[in-house]
Amino acid sequence: MKTNAVSLTETEYVLPGNRLCPGCALSLAYRHILKALEGQVIVTVPASCLTVLHGMYPVTSVTVPCVNTPFASTGASASGLVAGLKALGKKGLTVVAVAGDGGTHDIGIQALSGAAERQTDFIYICYDNEGYMNTGNQRSGSTPLGAISGTTPILGKQQNQKDITAIMEAHHIPYIATASACHPLDLYEKVKKAKAMKGTRFIYVFTPCPPGWRFPFSDTIKIGELAVQTAWTVLYEIENGVFRLTSASESLARKGNLKPVSEFIEVQERFKSISEKQISELQDWVNARWQLYLKRASDS
Amino acid sequence: MKKADIQILDGNNAAAQGAKLSRVQVIAAYPITPQSPVTEKLSELVEGGKLNAEYVTVESEHSALAVCTSASIVGARTFTATSSHGLAYMHEMLHWVAGTRLPVVLVCVNRAIGAPWNVLNDQQDSISQRDTGWIQIYARNNQEIVDSVIQAYKIAEALYVPVMVCYDGYILSHTEMPVDVPAQVDVDRFLPPYKPHTILDPANPKNYNLVTLANPRVNAEGVLCHGYMELRYLLQEALQDSKETIMKVGREFGELFGRNYGRMFWEDRLDDADIIIVAMGSLAMEAIVAADMLRKEGHKAGVLGLRVFRPFPKSELVRALRKARLIVVFDKNISYGSEGATCSEIKSALYGSSINAAIRNFIVGLGGRDVKARELAEAVNKSLLSLKEDILNKEYPEWICYI
Repeated sequence: MKTNAVSLTETEYVLPGNRLCPGCALSLAYRHILKALEGQVIVTVPASCLTVLHGMYPVTSVTVPCVNTPFASTGASASGLVAGLKALGKKGLTVVAVAGDGGTHDIGIQALSGAAERQTDFIYICYDNEGYMNTGNQRSGSTPLGAISGTTPILGKQQNQKDITAIMEAHHIPYIATASACHPLDLYEKVKKAKAMKGTRFIYVFTPCPPGWRFPFSDTIKIGELAVQTAWTVLYEIENGVFRLTSASESLARKGNLKPVSEFIEVQERFKSISEKQISELQDWVNARWQLYLKRASDS
Repeated sequence: MKKADIQILDGNNAAAQGAKLSRVQVIAAYPITPQSPVTEKLSELVEGGKLNAEYVTVESEHSALAVCTSASIVGARTFTATSSHGLAYMHEMLHWVAGTRLPVVLVCVNRAIGAPWNVLNDQQDSISQRDTGWIQIYARNNQEIVDSVIQAYKIAEALYVPVMVCYDGYILSHTEMPVDVPAQVDVDRFLPPYKPHTILDPANPKNYNLVTLANPRVNAEGVLCHGYMELRYLLQEALQDSKETIMKVGREFGELFGRNYGRMFWEDRLDDADIIIVAMGSLAMEAIVAADMLRKEGHKAGVLGLRVFRPFPKSELVRALRKARLIVVFDKNISYGSEGATCSEIKSALYGSSINAAIRNFIVGLGGRDVKARELAEAVNKSLLSLKEDILNKEYPEWICYI
């Protein structure tokens, strides 16, 4: 059955009122992630904006058990939770690690790779706001070419982001999905599907960041939708090696009405110093990746 | 108590036996010389069905301790082992474990730390982790390794403070000696299963290690809860008060197994000694041979072998050193720009006491440099000569090396 707003789990696990910025896509994503898991989880969280969402001792806005863990250790912390629960014979809880792109693409990649190589039975969710936003927007391995950040303040970043899902696919894990906070029903369905599976499951979630990307707080959903409409973000899943476009990306593939990537770029001030050449490079990168995904979708 | 079960074990095997007898439930370790046989032995025990535990073959030491942290949080008894660079790589997690107040036990097979590369023994690795909030116990021989690992769990779980059991790489880790291996049934009597104070359960959700402000803060029910500073105070208080638990557990162990550990340090001929050698780890055994030599030369020499470095037994030391006119401290570590770490501790302990002994510090055995009992005795004789200078406290240590 297709999920709709009415069929979502009613219980709220992220209580109203948390410390995230207005318009933050992470709040929206986390709300739907925990709904899909129906609260039967232990979450482990490294240093990240999600730490901020979880609150300050002794007040939290989240009603699931949570283990905060140092930045580099998310995959290992999840491994420890899984091993501990198994050693004690405790069943029925899903271990879920949720980290940002800095905590995933960069400092956490070793522990994540180790956990995935060991085929640890957990879900890893990377929410990608394309930079170190919790520390005030510095460049990460996921910051795109041409973006201004705290550590690329004048020229913008000179390299493009790394492809974290391709890296995870090289670990031969049973489930990989990409999603967007701005397409919450698609995200919800993917988390639900992941929950029903075993082994290492990796879900990437695109989470636009108003203060970091410099767009109005009210435009988060619009930015997220533009990302999918331009194929900057592509929604897909790879289930036991089978690739499938989903939701808005699937209909985009059917209709072929891709918008130019400049429409996504020009509404964000972080790209204010991007050159025409860089935009064209980004467009080429998006096109090549889109063609690859279309081919993979038609092949499988 | 069962009949003695004497086995010929090297130090690493003794540590693995200690973990097995403690019925550890989650092991996470990453191989490093000279600790790697511990990981191999435990893997063999787990794969062979001799030890019912989860062995997580992590990709780094940082992850090893992160696995132990989270497994301990859900209530499992956890074990890890490392050396040198591995311990340094764990540094962040060492703080995290102690800050979370988890009863994790770690075995550190003491090894020099680079640069330059060196795989042999000294104690710079664990001494460098002095201020991470862990109890540190040093073994002098392989019997003490197996006994200390078992006691470590009882201490850690009573106090919610992690314990590091340290022993010298190669000198103990790769040297076989007779070990009376405790019987499982006796260990089970001594060490009951771990009961965590908190269970992570969605029905009653808890959040470990939220951002915590310096000052106390009110929770949703209006109850004032500790700030960061108070949590740090409680950790210090736990370490301060841990001496009694360490000695009590040591006495209980002695009652059951016939080897009494109800002490913070080992005393050899201190009753009449006015020259006291202080050393830690296997060096404390070597020092006993040196004391024998000095006794033959007519000196009243004794040895104080440090067993517990954290908490540091200040008041007990003052009592034990009260008859000394010369204290010679041998350190297998150096706090650059100052002196050996145990020497600093002893000087600090003696301040304000009535003891007015001269103290001499020698840095020895770094990077596996062989330390002979004769050299220790010569250092004591040299120190005795220097007493004529009437200097109680020298600013910097001497080194037993070729410079």
